[in-house]
Amino acid sequence: MKETIYLDHAATTPVKQEVLEAMLPFFTESFGNPSSIYSFAQDSKQALEEARETIAKGIGALDREIYFTGSGTEADNWAIKGVAESYRSKGNHIITSKVEHHAVLHACEYLEKNGFEVTYLDVDADGIVDLEQLKSSIKDTTILITIMFANNEIGTVQPIREIGRIAKERGVLFHTDAVQAIGHVPVDVNDLGVDLLSISGHKFYGPKGVGVLYARKTVKLKAFIHGGGQERGRRGGTENVPGIVGMAKAMELALADMEEESARQRELRDYVKERILEKVPYARLNGHPEKRLPNNVNISFRFIEGESLLIMLDMKGICASSGSACTSGSLDPSHVLLAIGLPHEIAHGSLRISLGESSTREDMDTLVEALVPIVEKLRAMSPLYEDFVKNNG
Amino acid sequence: MYSEKVMDHFTNPRNMGEIENADGVGTVGNAKCGDIMRIYLKVENNVIQDVRFKTFGCGAAVATSSMATELVKGKTIQQALEITNAAVAEALDGLPKAKVHCSLLAEEALHAAIWDYAQKNGIVIEGLEPPKEDIHEEEEDEDED
Repeated sequence: MKETIYLDHAATTPVKQEVLEAMLPFFTESFGNPSSIYSFAQDSKQALEEARETIAKGIGALDREIYFTGSGTEADNWAIKGVAESYRSKGNHIITSKVEHHAVLHACEYLEKNGFEVTYLDVDADGIVDLEQLKSSIKDTTILITIMFANNEIGTVQPIREIGRIAKERGVLFHTDAVQAIGHVPVDVNDLGVDLLSISGHKFYGPKGVGVLYARKTVKLKAFIHGGGQERGRRGGTENVPGIVGMAKAMELALADMEEESARQRELRDYVKERILEKVPYARLNGHPEKRLPNNVNISFRFIEGESLLIMLDMKGICASSGSACTSGSLDPSHVLLAIGLPHEIAHGSLRISLGESSTREDMDTLVEALVPIVEKLRAMSPLYEDFVKNNG
Repeated sequence: MYSEKVMDHFTNPRNMGEIENADGVGTVGNAKCGDIMRIYLKVENNVIQDVRFKTFGCGAAVATSSMATELVKGKTIQQALEITNAAVAEALDGLPKAKVHCSLLAEEALHAAIWDYAQKNGIVIEGLEPPKEDIHEEEEDEDED
């Protein structure tokens, strides 16, 4: 068996050994329900509250502002639909961007069908939201601005602090989907002026099936899942104690060496990006060259289609991702790549690699070595390339 | 998600390439949805002597083009026209549901190439319709950066 080179950490990450070890006792030994009164369940209760503390500390929040959810998607849905419901008497206008994750976009589209008005801000060619358009879009009825921290496809990091300042000045709540950012860039809710923030555990070496919604204590947040009194009566359902413990442990570990590890990945990122652009003609980097996640590289190769590229990389043991339609089951390529102005056929030929703690320089070299002949092979098959060569000599 | 046959035709495509001075060329699909297929035909005495393809698209698009060329090689024009997208998909041991349109595109590319051959030679083939859309919108000439 050939070795797998996993370059899709933006999709998910493996659970770290230390994280798994922290979780295990809560499956078998300390399995008590945190809501139970007897002393046996106190271990679970205590672990849950310690996890809450760790996560609160990690983003500069108060313990009581942390709500555990089942995913980042749930946190996004809760933030957006929850604010929409609670602040409906104030207004019905929400501002977001064209490059959000579907968890945000589809929640906004749902609200549009239910009497809300949504403004989708444009982004520039690097994927950064237009702050002037943001300012001019805010009106009396605006109740929420929801702009992602860092883009999952092209890695562009938004000017969150500036958006936070604008939101505060205009008295509008600000939510950010920080799912891709946590563990890669510093996140402090007060420093950034964020009122609501979404987190997903499995993006930073924690388990799947657990997330967080941070909601500032001044935000009127109604229950999203009705049930028992868990999560201050706002999110019913017995807490996923092992998952939550694992997520907290993973965050603690990620933050402990974030500066160092981000610097290492940033160097690898720039190295592989330059190697690819140097070796493969008619390729371009998508996303901002500097204001981007330390682990994200997104490159479009003209004249070829992303799914073909991914299958051929897979045959070489390399796991990556693409904004091609064929990988999503729809006919349209990535909405993010279209929003930054790429024509359809170039958007179809994109490759996203997202680095992780296990990524090495050798992996980057292996990728480039595999990629060059694959792109050549696919171009040799491409009628678009044939036309291009004929038209351009 | 793909059958072994699809993977085989994707990784070792049969009849990939161009034919200089082809008797018929058909290009279908569009860059918008990410699939473009082009088929070249060399026809002698109403028999497809040689056939080549070029495809921009996913694994299934390449595999269906490859299989379609295999199925029509050496066949008469009439026999070739009888080959349906279902036959192409079946010969590949099936396609995932979301990829069935790729086999349709292969059928259309073949028909477009035969149409071109018929046009060039002033032949009327009963039941053969002109290709649905022309993809030559020169989308590929848009700015690179």
